[in-house]
Amino acid sequence: MPQMSMIEAIRSAMDVKMGLDDDVVVYGEDVGYFGGVFRCTAGLQKKYGTNRVFDSPINECGIVGTAVGMAAYGLRPCVEIQFADYIYPAYDQIVSEAARIRYRSNKDFTCPITIRTPCGGGIFGGQTHSQSPESLFTHVSGIKTVIPSNPYDAKGLLISAIEDDDPVIFFEPKRLYNGPFDGHHDRPATNWSKHPLGDVPEGHYTVPIGKASVFSEGNDVTIVTYGTMVYVAEAAKKETGIDAEIIDLRTLSPLDVDTIVASVEKTGRCMVLHEATQTSGFGAELAAQVQERCFYHLEAPVVRVAGWDTPYPHAQEWDYFPGPARVGRELTAMMEA
Amino acid sequence: MKDLASTMIRVLNRDGEAVGPWAEGLDDDVLLQGLRNMIRVRAYDERMMTLQRQGKTSFYMKCTGEEAIAVGFRAALSKGDMNFPTYRQQGLLLSTDYPVVDMICQILSNSRDPLKGRQLPIMYSSKEHGFFTISGNLGTQFIQAVGWAMASAIKGDTKIASGWIGDGSTAANDFHAALVNASVYRPPVVLNVVNNQWAISSFRGIAGGDHATFAERALGYDIPALRVDGNDYLAVYAASKWAVERARRGFGPTFIEWVTYRVAPHSTSDDPSQYRPKEESAAWPLGDPILRLKNHLIGRELWSEERQTQAETEYNDEIRAATKEAESYGVMGSGASPKDMFDDVYKEMPRHLREQRQKLGV
Ligand SMILES: Cc1ncc(C[n+]2csc(CCOP(=O)(O)OP(=O)(O)O)c2C)c(N)n1
Ligand SMILES: [Mg+2]
Repeated sequence: MPQMSMIEAIRSAMDVKMGLDDDVVVYGEDVGYFGGVFRCTAGLQKKYGTNRVFDSPINECGIVGTAVGMAAYGLRPCVEIQFADYIYPAYDQIVSEAARIRYRSNKDFTCPITIRTPCGGGIFGGQTHSQSPESLFTHVSGIKTVIPSNPYDAKGLLISAIEDDDPVIFFEPKRLYNGPFDGHHDRPATNWSKHPLGDVPEGHYTVPIGKASVFSEGNDVTIVTYGTMVYVAEAAKKETGIDAEIIDLRTLSPLDVDTIVASVEKTGRCMVLHEATQTSGFGAELAAQVQERCFYHLEAPVVRVAGWDTPYPHAQEWDYFPGPARVGRELTAMMEA
Repeated sequence: MKDLASTMIRVLNRDGEAVGPWAEGLDDDVLLQGLRNMIRVRAYDERMMTLQRQGKTSFYMKCTGEEAIAVGFRAALSKGDMNFPTYRQQGLLLSTDYPVVDMICQILSNSRDPLKGRQLPIMYSSKEHGFFTISGNLGTQFIQAVGWAMASAIKGDTKIASGWIGDGSTAANDFHAALVNASVYRPPVVLNVVNNQWAISSFRGIAGGDHATFAERALGYDIPALRVDGNDYLAVYAASKWAVERARRGFGPTFIEWVTYRVAPHSTSDDPSQYRPKEESAAWPLGDPILRLKNHLIGRELWSEERQTQAETEYNDEIRAATKEAESYGVMGSGASPKDMFDDVYKEMPRHLREQRQKLGV
């Protein structure tokens, strides 16, 4: 099987879908001729032409607004917002429009669009290239929110997203583009070519939206997480020796509650872990779900580990980032509770 | 043609005669049908106002004085074309065979409401009739129209889109997004600004409309722009036809500023006496589009006062009967089912919505 980085897997997903379905179009800032600042669309314009893969003006409202219109016509646009930090100008088109078209028109119109956007920190990008705004989308009815953590899932989920008849926000943890980053920024980076999840089939396959995966089995505590934090959790597990079960949500909305509940009922302890700021973050929803559904199985309070509630700082990136040391400390404390 | 963005295209002169370069080739049947459709729209508006006053619906918005624009533009479109309207283009739907009973049921949010009680009254949707679901968030539809037109062009289709926006809402970022995208991709779209001089209580100057015409904004994007007397049905139809043809033949976008006047209050929740003199609306600046077309047709002996009265009675009766029928399905939300609240958020209902529906017990 070919080895792919997450970038190659994402590109392959679009390539496969464009090959199979003439209604799929791809565009965004620097996406066409250049192939995207992270190269996710490299070569696609050459292969599919400027009619189907093109550059858009620097106007995120326009990128999503035109996509909503194209979807109303019958296309399946897969657009890129260059960084999740720049998705806010498109927020109204996503929240007030894309998310509600089906509902408000009683399915007279629908909005099968995919909005890809790199998220998360760890690249010294400062406050404008590091944010994780997923909870601003999980809070909205009518859209799905997906965040893969590896090349295999990224391709399968992106194909599912493009094929989905509802709008999907597809977050790409940019620190995972080239390898499974575990938060040890001072150690040599590994890349996907040495990782089993870098094995990615060439052709069409899907990973279902709305289905979590048990990334690593364990018995003593459940870590519910997604994106980059999956590997941070894995490192913390290894370094503390605590037998944690790591759940990679893959889709945040709709949430796979069953996988979480089954695990917490088994372990009796639960940590929710994400890179985004803590207050009103997606972890709050996760903690509430676990409390509502697993209360009598819990042996300790649910613990949230998340980014501090500050803007994403530049120089203090590694004090900010919830790395393996912090996760490990919290895990150890939980086991003593 | 840049001066066409600053002057005013008009066909009818003070005596109701059709003059000038835009007067050529206008079909009499189209004009007669236009008059009838405008009469129908006004009859509808009046009836719906009554319905609101009777407490049978929560809300209504009239387009009094602006009827020529939507009706005349619609006459220039073909089946398959798509409008991205605002709440003041009921004339687009009322000029088609869309069942008026369904429109009223939407306003009543009753058991036959095509939108199942989910939308504020007047936010109609009909793909089949080229009418995109109305948002309520101002401006968003303008850029969507450009996207729809881009899709048509990508597919090598000849269908065109038209975007609609009010003078006040040209200030919204979506308006500028639409212009820059229309400029870059040159898709088959007609971008309509209905300049009725008012945005609730703010006059057009608060949207910058006193320093340049709205049509002039398009010139900086190299989009051909027309500024048209929107109360002159002949001018509306001629300009619409020109812009629609242009788009259909692949020459790209056209921007049209329709100069008109909002005679009625903004909505049933508005009291204009708080912000503009009564005499202003009573004077009908730019005239009554129905009267102007009627006088033109009578002058040409294609129409008469009797036929006018007949048509008014005919449409009043039609709308009255339709209203009665619609009311038999319930008024003001009665008949809308709480069950319908949870459907169609997604194509398939996710678990959390199923659970919430069970909690409500429906
Ligand atoms: C984004 C947004 N802001 C404000 C409003 C409230 N609002 C509804 S209509 C209106 C005035 C719009 O004026 P204009 O665009 O000129 O259209 P008209 O009502 O005159 O047809 C306002 C401010 C809204 N619906 N959406
Ligand atoms: Mg206005």
